[in-house]
Amino acid sequence: MAISKRVVLHFPPRLVEQPIIYKLVKDYNLVLNILKASVTPKEEGLMVLDLSGAREDYDRGIQYLQETGVKIQSLGQDIIRIEAKCTHCGACVVICPTGALALDPQTRRVNFYEDKCTACELCVLPCPPRAMEVHF
Amino acid sequence: MAKTIAEINEKIRKGQAVVVTAEEVIDLVEKKGVTRTAQEVDVVTTGTFSPMCSSSAYFNLGHSKPRIKVGGGRAYLNDVPAYTGLAAMDIYLGAAAIPDDDPRNRVHPGPFNYGGGHVIEELVAGKDVRLVVSTYGTDCYPRKKLETWINLKDLNEAVLFNIRNAYQNYNVGVNLSNRTIYTYMGVLKPNLGNANYCSAGQLSPLLNDPYYKTIGMGTRIFLGGGIGYVAWHGTQHNPDVLRSDNGVPRRGAGTLAVIGDLKQMQPRWLVGVSMVGYGCTITVGLGVPIPILTEEILRYTAVRDEEIFAPIVDYAEAYPQRSPDILREVSYGELKSGRILLQGKEVPTASLSSYPKAVEIANLLKEWIMKGDFLLTEAVAPLPGVEAGITFKPLKERPIEE
Repeated sequence: MAISKRVVLHFPPRLVEQPIIYKLVKDYNLVLNILKASVTPKEEGLMVLDLSGAREDYDRGIQYLQETGVKIQSLGQDIIRIEAKCTHCGACVVICPTGALALDPQTRRVNFYEDKCTACELCVLPCPPRAMEVHF
Repeated sequence: MAKTIAEINEKIRKGQAVVVTAEEVIDLVEKKGVTRTAQEVDVVTTGTFSPMCSSSAYFNLGHSKPRIKVGGGRAYLNDVPAYTGLAAMDIYLGAAAIPDDDPRNRVHPGPFNYGGGHVIEELVAGKDVRLVVSTYGTDCYPRKKLETWINLKDLNEAVLFNIRNAYQNYNVGVNLSNRTIYTYMGVLKPNLGNANYCSAGQLSPLLNDPYYKTIGMGTRIFLGGGIGYVAWHGTQHNPDVLRSDNGVPRRGAGTLAVIGDLKQMQPRWLVGVSMVGYGCTITVGLGVPIPILTEEILRYTAVRDEEIFAPIVDYAEAYPQRSPDILREVSYGELKSGRILLQGKEVPTASLSSYPKAVEIANLLKEWIMKGDFLLTEAVAPLPGVEAGITFKPLKERPIEE
């Protein structure tokens, strides 16, 4: 059974210089799409990945990551809309490249579809009441 | 059928007034026609929830012991500078004020995280705010420095005073250049990447009373979640612009100066906001009740988004250079469809004004009136109309020769 998930990987400084992603492809046969990466040598590395493959390969790959010391987070928890702050103006809907922030044509409220969010963070500053928060 | 405001107020007191929002009245008129609707409906409520930069508040802080003359000194609220050119303990804070050490646009686009609008929101939320004053001493006001927490409830007066709110129509901002621009109309992506507008359209107060037949000085309104009043016409009030046959201006036109006691307002209707690369401001909730005194007044309130047109302006070149060029006019109906056609391109649209919140405001005001909590007022004086001969003057620069 195939599986596809978006995950956030945190690399501790000691792992930043190791070819971990390469092994995910080579040893675990996973298909990956890097949505975001920020690697600063000697500091923490961060990567947002679209990870897919056979269920068994996926689980073994995740286990490998955990064993190396990479911290894994699922994406939904990382970009958060502070509901009390959102005024539902709609300024973000033309900024969001994936349609994760979209206007409901009936209510004219802005919906946030977390599953479509790629954590690009483009929405954070253009939001006038700053309702979008990043929790990497 | 002409009614008077006194008659409508009598019905409000008895809990018998028929009140509908400017959205609901559209369907009513469609179903029942103008004459019947005008007979049945007493009040139409409007609403808008939008960034409005010319908003501000003034405070009387109470006298310290020993006394200090804040007037003429420097005063900061949470590091945001307030104006002190008034008597000893009165200070004035504008929504667009930002801390002296804010990086501004030194690294463009600056985030403008915190400003006067945010201070006003925090005060209204009941939070303590840091007041720091430095000034000169006098015989009667010897103290030179003051640092203290203040809280809205302890101030003698805290008054929201917005010198330009509720713009009757506004530009739609686009970007014809090949780089992203950061404006008060939001982030505008290059090559017509998006079109941003800012009006509640069919719910907006002055678009429902295009000739100011009922809204005037002294009109009681919903302001920031509390009660406020129209104090004057707003700055840049410019009624004599191009109008449609239905009377609705096709350009930015009338504006309102409004005032109200900050202590009875609510933070959810006064929200400090940041426009990246531009500055700080405040999103203000404002709603005006329109008494249906005549069929003509009712007809104005039944205006629909499809019948209200706004000019599309390039904010990369035309706006900053004050060129009068507009790309075309577009109706709010089109804008709210999510896409408009412009120079052969489908351009996605976004609003800076929150329509769902405008609906909420119009409904809240409707509830207040139906419960008998909110009576209508007769305008003390009308707003200047089309006939007032107002022209919107640009700044004429005259070189100063030393």
